[in-house]
This record gives sequence, C-alpha cells and structure tokens, in this order.
Amino acid sequence: MATDILMPALSPTMEQGKLAKWLKKEGDPVKAGDILAEIETDKATMEVEAVDEGVLAKILIADGTDNVAVNTPIAVLADEGEDPASVEAGGTKPNGKGREEGQKAPAPDMHAEGQAERPAPAAKTGDDKPVETPASPAVITNRGQDPAMAEIPEGTEMVTQTVREALRDAMAEEMRRDDKVFVMGEEVAEYQGAYKITQGLLQEFGAKRVVDTPITEHGFAGVGVGAAFTGLRPIVEFMTFNFAMQAIDQIINSAAKTLYMSGGQLGCPIVFRGPNGAAARVGAQHSHDYAAWYSNVPGLKVVMPYTASDAKGLLKSAIRDPNPVVFLENEILYGQSFPVPKLDDFTVPIGKAKVHREGKDVTIVSFGIGMTYALKAAHELAEAGIEAEVIDLRTIRPMDSETVVASVKKTGRCITVEEGFPQSGIGAEIAARLMVDAFDYLDAPVLRITGKDVPMPYAANLEKLALPNVAEVIEAAKAVCYR
Amino acid sequence: MDAAKEARRGSDKTREKAAPPPSASNVPAFSRDEDLHAYREMLLIRRFEEKAGQLYGMGLIGGFCHLYIGQEAVVIGVQMASKDGDQVITGYRDHGHMLACGMEPKGVMAELTGRKGGYSRGKGGSMHMFSREKNFYGGHGIVGAQVSLGTGIGFANKYRGDGAVSLTYMGDGAANQGQVYESFNMAQLWKLPVVYVIENNRYAMGTSVSRASAQTDFSKRGVSFGIPGEQVDGMDVRAVREAATRAIAHARDGEGPYILEMQTYRYRGHSMSDPAKYRTKDEVARMREESDPIEQVRKRLLGAHKVAEDEIKAVDAKVREIVNESADFATSDPEPDPSELWTDILL
Repeated sequence: MATDILMPALSPTMEQGKLAKWLKKEGDPVKAGDILAEIETDKATMEVEAVDEGVLAKILIADGTDNVAVNTPIAVLADEGEDPASVEAGGTKPNGKGREEGQKAPAPDMHAEGQAERPAPAAKTGDDKPVETPASPAVITNRGQDPAMAEIPEGTEMVTQTVREALRDAMAEEMRRDDKVFVMGEEVAEYQGAYKITQGLLQEFGAKRVVDTPITEHGFAGVGVGAAFTGLRPIVEFMTFNFAMQAIDQIINSAAKTLYMSGGQLGCPIVFRGPNGAAARVGAQHSHDYAAWYSNVPGLKVVMPYTASDAKGLLKSAIRDPNPVVFLENEILYGQSFPVPKLDDFTVPIGKAKVHREGKDVTIVSFGIGMTYALKAAHELAEAGIEAEVIDLRTIRPMDSETVVASVKKTGRCITVEEGFPQSGIGAEIAARLMVDAFDYLDAPVLRITGKDVPMPYAANLEKLALPNVAEVIEAAKAVCYR
Repeated sequence: MDAAKEARRGSDKTREKAAPPPSASNVPAFSRDEDLHAYREMLLIRRFEEKAGQLYGMGLIGGFCHLYIGQEAVVIGVQMASKDGDQVITGYRDHGHMLACGMEPKGVMAELTGRKGGYSRGKGGSMHMFSREKNFYGGHGIVGAQVSLGTGIGFANKYRGDGAVSLTYMGDGAANQGQVYESFNMAQLWKLPVVYVIENNRYAMGTSVSRASAQTDFSKRGVSFGIPGEQVDGMDVRAVREAATRAIAHARDGEGPYILEMQTYRYRGHSMSDPAKYRTKDEVARMREESDPIEQVRKRLLGAHKVAEDEIKAVDAKVREIVNESADFATSDPEPDPSELWTDILL
C-alpha cells in the first residue's frame, strides 16, 4: 500500500514553506530515519526524515517550490515489493502519523507561530489600504487620505517587510549607530534567534555585542540592568515574556524603580523585548499577555506594536530611550508583512497612538495583535453601515489618552479589544479614563473585548473560545451603537 | 588548593561553636599609616551607625534601618585593596559601604532621615542610595538582586575594557538565592571582572547559617563553576585587605570572578526592630571582647606602632565631630519639596 508523504509543519504556527531540496530521488529505497528533503521556512531550514520504510515512488513537488502548504502531498512512498511505477498520488492513505511525514526535531523555538483561527492580517481584508501589502515597492502619494501613514513623509518609498525583518533591521541600525548597544538572550547569536529576530546580527557585530546567555532569565535580566546602570544600552531578548516572569523582579524592582530611588542619578537605558501573548496551542504557561502587568508600573515604558513599520520605528525609539522599555512583540505577527518606509532613520515616537482607520460611528481601541480583530470587525461593520474608527495604541505606557478621547468625542462610543485578561486590563484602564475625560460625550457604556478569564487551554476548540473573536467585536460595536 | 589557602579556611568545628574566626597570624602587618587609616575609616562607620541607631530611637529615621556595626573591617579592608574606578554594589546593609566609598556622611544621614539633602533627595531611604560619582551602585532592597546587577557591572567593565572590577557584596542569606548562582555561572563563563564578597555575619535575619545552608562554607559556593574562593577572617582588616588584593588582581587580570567569604559578625539586630532572641547576649559580648575589628587596630596603634593616646583621641574626636555634623544636617535639612513626588520617574 503506497503512502503519501505530506508537507510537514515544522513549527506549530507554520502554514507553508519552501521545498528547498530533495535528498532522495525517485526509485531510491528509503529507511526510517533517512533524510528525504530540506524544507525552508522563514525561520529556518529543516530536514524531513522518513518515518516508514519503502521506495520513493514519486516526487509530487519539485525542488525549489515555494509556498507549499502544510499537509500537501509532496511525494509517494511505495511499500517494498510494490511496483513504484504503478503508484498514484492521492487516494493513498496518509502514513498514519498525522500531518507530518516525520520531523527531525520539534520546531526550534518550541513555541508556536501563526494559526488558522485568528483573522488574517488586515492586509487581506480588502478595505484597509494602509496595511495592504504592495507587490512591489510603493511610493506614498496620498498620505493625506491615509491616517495610518500620516507620520511618513510624502513621497517615501515603501518596501514590504515582515515584522520579523523590521525588528531585526531596527536593532542592526541602532547597533551601527551606537556601539553601546548590544543584544543578549537565549539563542540570539549562533542560533540566529529562536524566532530569527536576531538573524545575521552575530555575523555583523560579533560575539561581544550579540551575546548568547545560558537559560537563566533572572540572572541575565539582572546582568543587563547592571550594565545599563553603567550607561551601556542592552537589548535583552526573552524567548517569550512568559519566561520573563523569572526576571520580573529585576525588570520592576531594579530597572523601573532605581531612577526614582536614586533621586535621578541612576537611569537604566534598557530594552526588554520578545514575543508576548498567545501563539497557537502552546497552553497556559506560554500564552500570557503581560501588557496590563507592565503597564501598571511607573518607571517603565511599555510598547506593543502591530505593524512592521511601527515595530521598526518604535524599537529604534526604545533603544534610544534613556528609560527601561518593555517591548512586547507577538509571535503570530512576526511572519506578517506590511509596508515599511524606506528611510535611513525612521523612528516612531513612544507614547503616540495612531488612528489606523477613520470612522464616525464608534471608536475601537486596540493594540498589538488585537488590531487584527479590530480591523476585520471594522471592515465587516462598514458593510453593515457602521463606520468604526480604529485606534492603535502602539504604546501602552505612557498611554495616549488624548487621541482616544478626541476620537470618542467624535463617535460617542468606544469598545476596546485585547487578548489579555479582563480584570484590571488595558480595556479597564481606557474605560476608567473615558469615564473621567469623556463622560459627557459617551452615548453608551464602554465595552471591553478581552481574552476570557481562564488560563489558556490547549485544545484547539477551547483555545479558540478563550481568545477574542471578530464576532464579539462586531456584536459589541453594534451594541454600543444600539443596532 | 595550596596549603596556605587551606590554612585560611579554618575548620567547620570552629564555626559551629560560633567562636571568633581563627586569627590569621600569617597576615602581613599594616604600616602605622595603614592602621591609622583603617582605624579612622572603621570608626567613622561605627560612630555613624551608632548615631543612626540613636536617631532611629528618636523617631527621626523611619522604616527599616540595618546597621553595619561589627562588620566594619570587611568593607574597609576591601576598599583598601581596590582602585579608583572599581565599583561597589551591595544589599540593604549599606551605610558602611557608602562611607567607605567616600560618600558624604551628611548626604547619607540626611537620606536616612528622609530629607532634601539626602543622596536620593529623600526618595530612597536607608536601603536605596547611590553615587555615580563615587562608583557606588546601591543599596538594593531585594535580597540577592544586587548580585546579578553587580555581575552586569562587571559585564560592562569587560565590554568597555576599562580594567575596572565590580565589588559585589552579599550576605550569607543572599548567598542562598537562585540568581546568585545564575550570576556565578555567567561571570565564570564570560570571565567577568567581579569579586563576590559574601559577608557571613552568621545570621540571615534570625536564621543562623547552619539552619539555612546545606553548605556552610560559602567559599565553596562557586566550586561547581570553577570559581576560586577562600574564607577570610573578616574581623581582621589586614586579612581582608590581603585576600581582597589577591581576589581583585585575579579579576582584573581577566581570570574571572573570585569569591571571598568574610567571616564577620553583626553586633546589632538584623534591623532596628529585631530583638535578636535567636542568639545569646554572651555570644555577642564575646565577639565584641575578643574580635572587635576596631579594637584590634587600636591595640596595634597603641602597642607596636607606638601612637600616642592623644593622637588616637584626636581621631576619635574628629570622627565624632563629622558624625554630629551629619546628624545636625540630617535633622535640620528640610523634607523634600512636595513637587519631588513627581520627579525622577522617567528621564
């Protein structure tokens, strides 16, 4: 009985990859454990290992094919003794190992990237020109009509970049600019980054400035803070902010408070960065969104970008900032592409929200990956005749209330969207501020869309239920519009 | 381990009895000037701390106040072995370290009383003072946190290649914190110029070393990382300087970190509010009588160095004057302006 060999998922969030190279050819005998092919993702090149024995009867996807979706049959394995020539693709049973023919190792980062349930990036929603991914470099000519591009000079050439590339470029540019800047963290150097955010930095800047640490979050966070006290500018990468819980004492008690406790003598110019919040199917201990936690602490700045352009401009600002900045990224956004201005030194100011989409009926405030729900909902609401104004906070602390209040004065309604927990969340903060600063303008209570008040479950259906969804956003928007 | 080093270690038995650490008879003698310097510096800490205790009793110092009385030889001996540019960082029992770094007694005392002229403008208090100018990096209230921070200072020294050494102090209590070992690992892995000074005063708050530590020989705490360590008679300023000289040279020469276990003793409670019921009055009295770090030097000055009693009295008087001035300043200086509430949060 012939078996289909399927395109393997090499990380929990991988949706497609490039079939870089076949290492076996049609007719070759295959033993379990043999390396069949090499697959490239945007993060790494991985080897595909055979699980079953047999003969490689037919190669269905040729060397060098891009964008091969996970679970696509890529070859057919015939049983020994079976005539390979008679084997047909399709109709054969998968090899019973689920979606993968076999993967040599778990995904390098042990965390997930991408998933199917969340809305696609707004780039695919159609009406959101600001984030539409241009096929080739574009030149901005109509920024006046495009609120999301207001910060970018007229006539700027745009290039398409993933958030991952934008973050990498931001660090590289700042490291070229200031030799006091260095990166430290687990797997940042030789491995090229668990999520490949630091790809190429070791090669350009050397081991002195791109420092692989042991798995020792509490310790290396403290080492970074100590170095920052002396005036160096460390970028401390956490493989995920879940692991920064080991280090939160140094972030809060040492980095955030020392300037105050020293009467202004000892600043701490440091960036703590890494993926934050839920990825896909990685359970409660790897899915926590810490935006609200860090936003509670005076002495910190907290940044959580959505687009690649903001990720780049804000990370550059964070590295230059004389204060400790907690820079919360999102694993699912890493692989998503956005237009990024091609400028020698593009920065985005910390503490400024952005009107991502203009509208007159209801204000939707979100940030980070929450923006994917907000923008998708805004698109669908528009079809229902409700024009939502979508504000991307970008910085959580200091929070740009002014932009939110100005919008609510116009719309009279506000809902908030975040993946974090409801109690004492960012939405709760915004609601409280609006009660004080826009009470007379509110025509409805502020409603919050948040992650559910439960530890993140593993099961796919439960995880989907635990996260916010577009329908909830639409329902809330309609409710505050009394529609 | 060479024989001389072994000899410096003392035996477990000695420590179990809580007797004074073995006197290091083979320690090089101090010159008259060195002993005079050590005497003056240690006495300044002693008198300063006594005054702080008084002011605390009068309600002029609030919160926590951890006195360094009894441990003076440790920080003074290490400072005598250090060079300008070396940094000091410690935990919350930090007044002595600040004075040893050359910080102004007035500014330290005014911080204790929460006044405008304090080193942190009254916003830090006893446990949180800093001086970039004097390379004193605090003053940290979270037990053990300063060890990672001090390791980071060492990292920065190596990064800059400036030859400075980070002198990172901790107590026997902090030495059981996890991040201490994370720091040891990185410091040795990267050969960072850090000297870890473990001030073993025998009690982590009210818990004696033997009740809290499976390995009571703190000089061995770096063994699994290959960090050399030695036990030192922390009541003898000469022994401290001798060992610190060796440790600092090791770190400065690029050989990596070094651990010094200073066997010392605090005469007062853990903090001002500690009645110290976990030890006997006799134990304290015996330490004061037999091992007092200042008295040891005073005896040498009057004996071998033939310093006139009047000269020593003049030193005593000068130290009292400095301390009294600091107390006067700290009790007359105004409290910080209310506007200070909102400053120094971000740069």
